[in-house]
Amino acid sequence: MKGSLSQIWALFKKDLLLEVRQQYSFYGVLLYVASTIFVLYLAMGQPEADVWKGLFWMIQLFVCVNAVAKSFLQEGRGRLLYFYSITGATNFILSKLLFNALLMLLMSLLSLGLFILMLGNPMPDAARFVGISWLGGVSLSLVFTFLAAIAARAQQSAALMAILGFPLVIPQLLLLNKISNIAFAAVLQGGLGWMMMVLVALDVMIVVLSLILFPFLWKD
Amino acid sequence: MLRKNWWKILCVILLVYTIIAGFLGAVPAKPILNETIRNLYFHVGMWFAMMVLFTVSGIYSVLYLRTGKPVHDLYALEYAKGGILFGCLGLVTGSIWARYTWGAFWSNDPKQLGAAIALLIYFAYLVLRNSMTDMDKRARIGAVYNIFAYAMLFPTIFIIPRMVDSLHPGGMGNPAMDTKDIDPRMEIVFWPGAVPGWALLGVWITTLWIRMQLLAEKNLSHA
Repeated sequence: MKGSLSQIWALFKKDLLLEVRQQYSFYGVLLYVASTIFVLYLAMGQPEADVWKGLFWMIQLFVCVNAVAKSFLQEGRGRLLYFYSITGATNFILSKLLFNALLMLLMSLLSLGLFILMLGNPMPDAARFVGISWLGGVSLSLVFTFLAAIAARAQQSAALMAILGFPLVIPQLLLLNKISNIAFAAVLQGGLGWMMMVLVALDVMIVVLSLILFPFLWKD
Repeated sequence: MLRKNWWKILCVILLVYTIIAGFLGAVPAKPILNETIRNLYFHVGMWFAMMVLFTVSGIYSVLYLRTGKPVHDLYALEYAKGGILFGCLGLVTGSIWARYTWGAFWSNDPKQLGAAIALLIYFAYLVLRNSMTDMDKRARIGAVYNIFAYAMLFPTIFIIPRMVDSLHPGGMGNPAMDTKDIDPRMEIVFWPGAVPGWALLGVWITTLWIRMQLLAEKNLSHA
């Protein structure tokens, strides 16, 4: 167990260092986020709360697809096999899940900030929505990390990952929409905690499935 | 087993019973539903068939990952296709029912959306398989995705539509298949007739597809 943790941490640190030094993914996704939100602003101006919320989740979705695609698919196949052979598949996918979750945390915060800057701030309670956007970003990144693993193995482009991914994330997007609806309401309603628990349970199921199924992908 | 006749004859008997009793049998008179309540025998029966077919497909995917035999992957693929067929039929019968009870074929009801999404997920499975040309890789990655897709069926069709506001029976928390709820006159047609009847039909169609594929492969290898 101790060995596993240190392996996961080593892989995670490797990804982090690559990001900090190359900064290709980070700035690429940041540019994408900024341009998309700017185009949205030009098209919509400053929309009202529910349009704002819907647009935010759409942007989260596309940002997640791009961020995860860049992080997973930029490594060559030989490199992926090398990591798999030295650390084991489970540790590898766990470190990827963690790294992409962290990346999405950062991206969620940035896109939320840009949204507030350009499209106005209809949030009654900022802290609550920051938490929800983090939960949403992490949930989306989990699904797309696993799909990126499948797409990388199939040696296809990120387009395949997006095609596979959109139907799979719709349950999460539905839940996130419901949760944000409740969070945007001025009065705190009862269903919020229950729905967040369902979303977290869904995420746990996805992580467990990824951990079980990923080794089969690489069982060459 | 694929060639035995007894279960196919049983399937025909059950479906004839379901259809005749379904249309001529007594049903409780409910407001708004009226005679459309008979849809239970078709629509719900087909969804049960879909779940059976997808479950079998998932089991064969697991078997393939454990044993590596290509025949298991063939079975998994064909059962998934059978499940998609019955899922589409279920969606269509549901839409027809919705036209007469809710007023429109499609009203973006969460259950309808959930069902459509589940079908989209399985269509993506077919797309994924077609994107790869290497047979072993296709089988293995397909099996992994199939298991993932099966696991996603449950939140998409059963859990989330129950939690949100929905017109569909079963929304807002009340269970739709509560055995104390269903009228005994309908139960006698539904459980012994509709559920096994449609499921057997699904299995029959799927096994025919499987046998065709097996013959095609034998043809290719002997050519």
